[in-house]
Amino acid sequence: MKNSIFTIILIFLVATVVISFSALFTVDVTEQAMIIQMGKPVKVIKEPGLHVKIPFIQAVTKFSKKLLEYDANPSEIITKDKKILVIDNYCRWKIEDPLKFYLNVRDVPGALARLDDIIYSEMRIELAQHTLIEVVSVNRNQVMHNVTELSGKKAKEYGIYIEDVRIKRADLPPENEQKVYDRMKAERNRIAKQYRSEGMEESEIIKSRADKESRIIIAEAYRKVQEIKGKADAEVVKITAKAYNKDINFYEFTKSLEVYNKIIKEDSDLFMSTAGKLFQFLFSN
Amino acid sequence: MIEKDPWGNVKINFDKLKMKNSKYGIYIVVAIILFIWILTGIFIVDADEKAVVKRFGKVVNEVGPGPHYHLPFPIETIDRAKVTKVHRIEIGYRSDRYDRTRGVLKESLMLTGDENIVSIDFIVQYRIREIKYYLYNVVNVEKAIKSAAEATIREVAGKEKIDDILTVGKGRIQAEVMTSLQEILDSYNSGVYIVAVQLQDISPPEEVDAAFKDVASAREDRNRFINEAEAYRNEIIPKARAKAASMVFQAEAYSSEQVEKAKGDSNKFLQILEEYKNAPNITKRRLYLENVGNFLSKSKNYIFDANIDQVSPFIGLDKINKEGAKE
Repeated sequence: MKNSIFTIILIFLVATVVISFSALFTVDVTEQAMIIQMGKPVKVIKEPGLHVKIPFIQAVTKFSKKLLEYDANPSEIITKDKKILVIDNYCRWKIEDPLKFYLNVRDVPGALARLDDIIYSEMRIELAQHTLIEVVSVNRNQVMHNVTELSGKKAKEYGIYIEDVRIKRADLPPENEQKVYDRMKAERNRIAKQYRSEGMEESEIIKSRADKESRIIIAEAYRKVQEIKGKADAEVVKITAKAYNKDINFYEFTKSLEVYNKIIKEDSDLFMSTAGKLFQFLFSN
Repeated sequence: MIEKDPWGNVKINFDKLKMKNSKYGIYIVVAIILFIWILTGIFIVDADEKAVVKRFGKVVNEVGPGPHYHLPFPIETIDRAKVTKVHRIEIGYRSDRYDRTRGVLKESLMLTGDENIVSIDFIVQYRIREIKYYLYNVVNVEKAIKSAAEATIREVAGKEKIDDILTVGKGRIQAEVMTSLQEILDSYNSGVYIVAVQLQDISPPEEVDAAFKDVASAREDRNRFINEAEAYRNEIIPKARAKAASMVFQAEAYSSEQVEKAKGDSNKFLQILEEYKNAPNITKRRLYLENVGNFLSKSKNYIFDANIDQVSPFIGLDKINKEGAKE
């Protein structure tokens, strides 16, 4: 008897476990769930926690509530000024309406394929309205904003909310890149040349100014020298004239003697005649 | 008792106990299993961590470091994350354990606002600010940060000129990237706080590096030319001044010499003249003879008798000939 009671309890217990496993389900904080009854969605549950469904008849499909990622492959897109840009964009999105999402794209891979179509076409349309430099520089934010908005509208039909579409990289294709490098090189060479010739110019200016200054200094010195000498010579003339004027004949006499003294030296050969006055006494006796 | 026990492996234990055929044994074993099950709820949060407790997937509590208890699985579960650690993402390059780095050109090369290409390596440092947001809001948070950082740096660099980026723009770019990266991550509700954005290596792409270096050396050349010219200037101007000073001093010396000499000469003349006036004839004669005697005593003298008509004109020229022979 006791064994049979125990068996009943055991059966009851197993049944409870099986039914509760089938009836109860948890929804994680990162998830949202949809109850599907015989293939038909009947209820969406966004609140995390423990939930109940009818066992065996209803099934649960769960979707992520997190912000999901979509990282597109880089693609070449033509800008308004007919230049090619390699655009690598990404998108962050969410499953907003699990029902629409389930009915339209079924699951995340399906959604990614759809997002790829939507964003790529919006990106093409948008970039065709901007020049390359606008995309790279001034209007980048605007471009991203517009693409986000327009793709957001389309994605809404699939129960998808697009948080943002961002251009991660906007690069030139390799063949254009080479052209940019060539231009950069040319530009740098120009700047280098400018620096060097500016240096030479400056150097030449400094040097010739220095030459000029030094020549002026010498010239001024020459002027001073001449002034000083002139003054001195004038003084000399004045002094001597004053003295020698007192007796010009005597001056002539003494000066002549002085000059003789100066010009007749040890190695001078002097040829003299006895007719001169100096020798008047020489042979007179 | 039954409700508390939904576990498969418990049933296996039931089978074992049946074999023993002991009813009390069953209860004891069930009690022990229950006890162990309850004990599995003890958990310790490390000093650098925080943990979130979820009951049936719903967040009910958030706890800091220390020992804690949660109702055992499957009722409650915990998620934990290191909240004090500063995480680091390298963009544009990767470094390994030995501090060797290798560039990732796809990430580092970007277009500037003046349609040049520049290479920027940088790191983003972040910390978890709000653990619940961090854990539950965004898929692959690190990739989200990295992608957003790549998008942001290009957006910022796209507004700058290459020369600014390479020289003065570093601080500004860092600050701008940091601000807008934080804005993006906040819009994701990612619970992440950007600690720092640091630009590591900003350089021209390899293909044009030599040209850029040449500009730097050209700038040096310019300075060198100027310095050389200034050195030249510093050399010749003092030289000129020295020469000028010397010229003037010489002139002054000449001036004094001439004046003093003139004064001396004229004073001497005046004194002699004074004496001469007392006895003009005798003095004149005396001076004459004295002086003539003086210089004749130095020179070689050839005296000819005035009465002899023919004198060889070659006398005395022997010396000239000698000198000529020397040459």
